[in-house]
Amino acid sequence: MIIKTKKTIPASEITDPYVFKERRKIIKALLALTAMGSGIVPVLADNKPRWTNLPESSFSADLMTTPSEIIENYTNYYEFSYNKHDSTKLAQQLATDPWSVEISGEVEKSGTYFLEDILRQQTLQEHIYRFRCVEAWSMVIPWVGFALGDLLRKAQPLSTAKFVKFTSVYRPEVMPRQKQNNMLEWPYSEGLRIDEAMHPLTLLAVGMYGDTMPKQNGAPLRLVVPWKYGFKSIKAIVKIELLKKAPTTSWNKFAPGEYGFYANVNPNVPHPRWSQNSERLLGSGFFTPRRETELFNGYGEQVAGLYKDMNLRHFF
Amino acid sequence: MVKFNKLKLGIFIACWLPLLWLLLDIILDNLGGNAVQAVHIRLGDWSLRFLCMVLAITPIQTMTNWRGMAEYRRMFGLFTFFYATLHLLAYLVLDHFLVWPIIATDILESSYIWFGIAAYLIVLALAVTTPKWVIKLMGKDWKKLHRFIYLAAGAAIMHYFWQLKGNLAEPLFYLLVIILLLGFRVLVSFKNRVVSRLMLPKGRR
Repeated sequence: MIIKTKKTIPASEITDPYVFKERRKIIKALLALTAMGSGIVPVLADNKPRWTNLPESSFSADLMTTPSEIIENYTNYYEFSYNKHDSTKLAQQLATDPWSVEISGEVEKSGTYFLEDILRQQTLQEHIYRFRCVEAWSMVIPWVGFALGDLLRKAQPLSTAKFVKFTSVYRPEVMPRQKQNNMLEWPYSEGLRIDEAMHPLTLLAVGMYGDTMPKQNGAPLRLVVPWKYGFKSIKAIVKIELLKKAPTTSWNKFAPGEYGFYANVNPNVPHPRWSQNSERLLGSGFFTPRRETELFNGYGEQVAGLYKDMNLRHFF
Repeated sequence: MVKFNKLKLGIFIACWLPLLWLLLDIILDNLGGNAVQAVHIRLGDWSLRFLCMVLAITPIQTMTNWRGMAEYRRMFGLFTFFYATLHLLAYLVLDHFLVWPIIATDILESSYIWFGIAAYLIVLALAVTTPKWVIKLMGKDWKKLHRFIYLAAGAAIMHYFWQLKGNLAEPLFYLLVIILLLGFRVLVSFKNRVVSRLMLPKGRR
């Protein structure tokens, strides 16, 4: 099944990456000048990306991607910190190699697999998707990953498998908020209905911008569900369970009136305390109006059918 | 007298520093991935900080017996209004670029913004009643009106609380500051009432 997306962002909405990089260069040059005086020499690394010439997903929209500096420095990772800057810094302490993932529950073949073994059986593609946070900002991210459905099918789900539960890593020794048992129920967990999980848009991502996933962005393995708010796209997955009944999920349990199980991007259903009608597209400069949020984050053509008989206000 | 004026000038200049600092961060591109929101938050934070400073003046005056601090209260009050106005303008112009239909929906659907508007309207009313001739004209009503500053502080803190997802440490800090400052004033007025009652002979209290 090939479903093409036709939505595009007008180029005027985003800072031209060239302009963005040039501006960065000027600032870096200025900083380097000041640094020279103080004896600090900036290190310029020449890292080659891990994957080159990845095939492009047929779902990839023709969008200008958000500069990687922004994606890598603007992340919510509450296990580490509530502050986006600190979580980027602290996440570097998470050891992600070796990594294994348990697949269990209502499947013929359950087991625990090394991530490398999983990757050996999958074809990686680049997927340029919109990413919309419940905090009313958005990005366009070139993920490297494969369809979750391809992995689940290998485990042969039973007909009783109606939901999928995902669990993040539990490492209180490096994750301060887990250690303090703060706020959410740890480890972080999320869930999807089986048809959502099997949908070809739903990814397990292992990288972005052709390179290994930065730790703060959910390395080594994260979920990407582009038509749902970002908190559904759980990071650092260690367990995938197929279940008969809907699992409880971290944010839903924390504030059931505010964060629903479905969490589909929907401009017509505001969060109880703020509007979801518009979003700040990161990388767009000052004096650029917000972008009007689209139903299902612009993926309605592909996913609206999953919810056709449902009241989206009730099942938010 | 000269010394006093120098102090006042120094404080006046210091009140502009947060803005200067912000402009510098904008020029140096120090505001991170969501610069629009960063500007917004910075200006909101500073209006709340100035509001706390306004509320701190009377307690400090009571404790130190240093008269003439009312001048500073007025100055901080006007800077509260100044930063709050920039905060509002950042929302309307920098973030929304005056696209009114989107702004209207955003405000209607975002209850946290209502608290912000309430706080701003109070601060606006207090700012326009600043001139000395207005104070004279209003007489006792002026003091009554300006007590609403505590309500503005409460609304501003609600505006802060109401937009967060659960990490409430920062607004809790401001809430604590304002409770302490208000509590101090309540205690002092209670003490004054008790003392004046005790000064009367028994039987006439």
